[in-house]
Amino acid sequence: MTKGGNRLLLDLYRTMRRIRTFEERVNELFVRGQTAGSMLHMSIGEEAISGVCRAMEQSDSFTTHHRGHGIFIARGADPNRMMSEIAGKADGYCSGKGGSMHIADMGLGALGANAIVGGGIPHVVGAGLSYRNRGLKNVSVAFFGDGASQQGILYEAMNMAALWKLPVVFCCINNQYGMGTRIDRAAANTNLHERAIACGLNGVAVDGGDVEEVHEMSERVLDSARNGRPGFIAMTCYRHFGHARLDKSPYRDEAEELEGRKRDAVLNARAKLIERQTSDAASLDSMDDEVAKEMNAAVEHAIAAVPPGQDSMFRDVFAMGEPQPRPLRQHLSSILGEAR
Amino acid sequence: MAAIETTYRDALRQALIDAMTEDASIFVMGEEVGRYGGAYGVTKGLLEMFGENRVVDTPIAEAGIIGAAIGAAMTGSRPVAELMYIDFAGLTMDQVANQAAKSRYMFGGQIGVPMVLRTQGGTGRSAAAQHSQSLEAWFTLIPGLRVVMPATVNDAYHLLRMALKHPDPVIFIEHKALYVRKGELDVDNPDGAWGKSAIRREGTDVTIVTYSKMVFESLAAAEALAGHGVSAEVIDIRCLNPLDDETFITSVMKTGRAMVVTEAVMTSGFAAELSARISERCFDFLEEPVVRVTGEDIPIPVSPALERGAVPSAQLIAETGLWLVKRIAPSWAA
Ligand SMILES: Cc1ncc(C[n+]2csc(CCOP(=O)(O)OP(=O)(O)O)c2C)c(N)n1
Ligand SMILES: [Mg+2]
Repeated sequence: MTKGGNRLLLDLYRTMRRIRTFEERVNELFVRGQTAGSMLHMSIGEEAISGVCRAMEQSDSFTTHHRGHGIFIARGADPNRMMSEIAGKADGYCSGKGGSMHIADMGLGALGANAIVGGGIPHVVGAGLSYRNRGLKNVSVAFFGDGASQQGILYEAMNMAALWKLPVVFCCINNQYGMGTRIDRAAANTNLHERAIACGLNGVAVDGGDVEEVHEMSERVLDSARNGRPGFIAMTCYRHFGHARLDKSPYRDEAEELEGRKRDAVLNARAKLIERQTSDAASLDSMDDEVAKEMNAAVEHAIAAVPPGQDSMFRDVFAMGEPQPRPLRQHLSSILGEAR
Repeated sequence: MAAIETTYRDALRQALIDAMTEDASIFVMGEEVGRYGGAYGVTKGLLEMFGENRVVDTPIAEAGIIGAAIGAAMTGSRPVAELMYIDFAGLTMDQVANQAAKSRYMFGGQIGVPMVLRTQGGTGRSAAAQHSQSLEAWFTLIPGLRVVMPATVNDAYHLLRMALKHPDPVIFIEHKALYVRKGELDVDNPDGAWGKSAIRREGTDVTIVTYSKMVFESLAAAEALAGHGVSAEVIDIRCLNPLDDETFITSVMKTGRAMVVTEAVMTSGFAAELSARISERCFDFLEEPVVRVTGEDIPIPVSPALERGAVPSAQLIAETGLWLVKRIAPSWAA
């Protein structure tokens, strides 16, 4: 049991349930033909990142990858605006410009959500530098997948973080797969935290089936990072479903999937709560029902929301007040119009 | 053999199969090319046919993949390195621009890099700003690279076969929205030689110079224009490097009007190159300025309606053609 005790576990359970239910509703939004595209990467099986997010301070920053819905929910994002963004609607977090892979709420300390595998990793190094130089006590956390740990940029970033003793944590969500490639087909040494240790970081491995362990370890690693010892958390979990919405994972067998899905931090937390008599099945069910209502409402919200107007596409390429890109039709008018 | 109807995707796969069967030095490498069969299914079944040594699944490490392909090409192999999205080219650019492109020249002709970099770009799937770009100009800017962009099913097959016999690095850019498109494949008859344009529709009033998916938007526009009594000639350049200027220049000399259509952005895009060549060589023949119809100068937004609006449509091309030829302004004209 962790410092926070059973209340904390109950809290984390609720967060994790919100993540899972949100993702299930994204699925529903897709089935109803309301998502912008099908590049929807669900974090079902990765809910224990709630433990990492919980260990962060409000003012800490972070970057995420293409599978970032869960991280944003755990950091307190608004499911309505997230769902709207996934539907490509005007009131989504990114005004319908970014979509599922780029949902980001800068108000929560996000520094971006990347669809380039590894793209967001080095930004935390810069954030760490910036905090140090400005005398701030913040930590910056990069969330990325096991697949991203094969990108060279990670090693550049880890080396700099260790060299300069920055308040930075690399959090590798090892769901065992990068698309159809299992980690043992992508890395000769699958103990990814060992690579971090070789770079001079505080590297640890945690079990993503156990949110309490994830939380406790994250507190320690973040604490060290805040004091100038950057860290690396390799959270082992399992991607319960396909890579993206249309992927049915034909490349892995059913037995492996059934076994893999047993690593389930949500159900595990639930069982513990009942066993420890912190809660009972009926109360947890009603908590789940409430969460379901919240997420159902998010789906309806997104469907009812309006799409962005055509003119909005030219907005935000550059800062407001700066010269903006000239729309093609204006260009054509200048050549072919009456005024020529 | 008679022509068959197939998809762009299957034509590409057939080209790989035929080339690999014929030439044992060819091998495929990239993310998810083996067991997964390719992110867009182009390499499906190749692993079973050719084995793990010739169909190599790689870690997610684009710079390493392209760099390794270069080394393989320098040592007697003919690699086809797949870059899943052209948007990831940024990660590979040193290897492509400074290594692959320059080795033959910088080393005084001692060594070549006969590799094919297969990739795909373009909009159409709400894949957002980092998965939808048209970045061919990044490559046409670098001397030493060949750049081809097939539009038709027949070109998907033949240009890939030709690329796999080419002595220098070829950037082979497919379009993600064309994979499921059907068309005729005649393995004995290419649409033209390597580096030659194809006239996809003949016409007399205006020449539309284009490539990749915009060939089909332009053909649809030409059809619509015919309804308004405007006869448009549509030229698919197929290869951006080597570039066949003769075909489009001859055409513009005949029609006296030219439109260049690309999905890529206008500013510093390949349309600027085409437009400049037409202006330089057809100056005395042009009745109107050369007009570029291109993607907007913005990142690609995810929202489907915005995404569609960010690149030229058949309607926009037709409206512009009517304006250019008949002086009939579209409703949005300022
Ligand atoms: C630079 C780059 N290469 C490849 C891809 C295509 N791609 C998207 S997600 C993915 C797998 C990533 O695996 P991992 O880092 O483990 O994250 P997960 O999807 O498991 O969350 C790949 C190969 C990409 N988006 N960016
Ligand atoms: Mg993974």
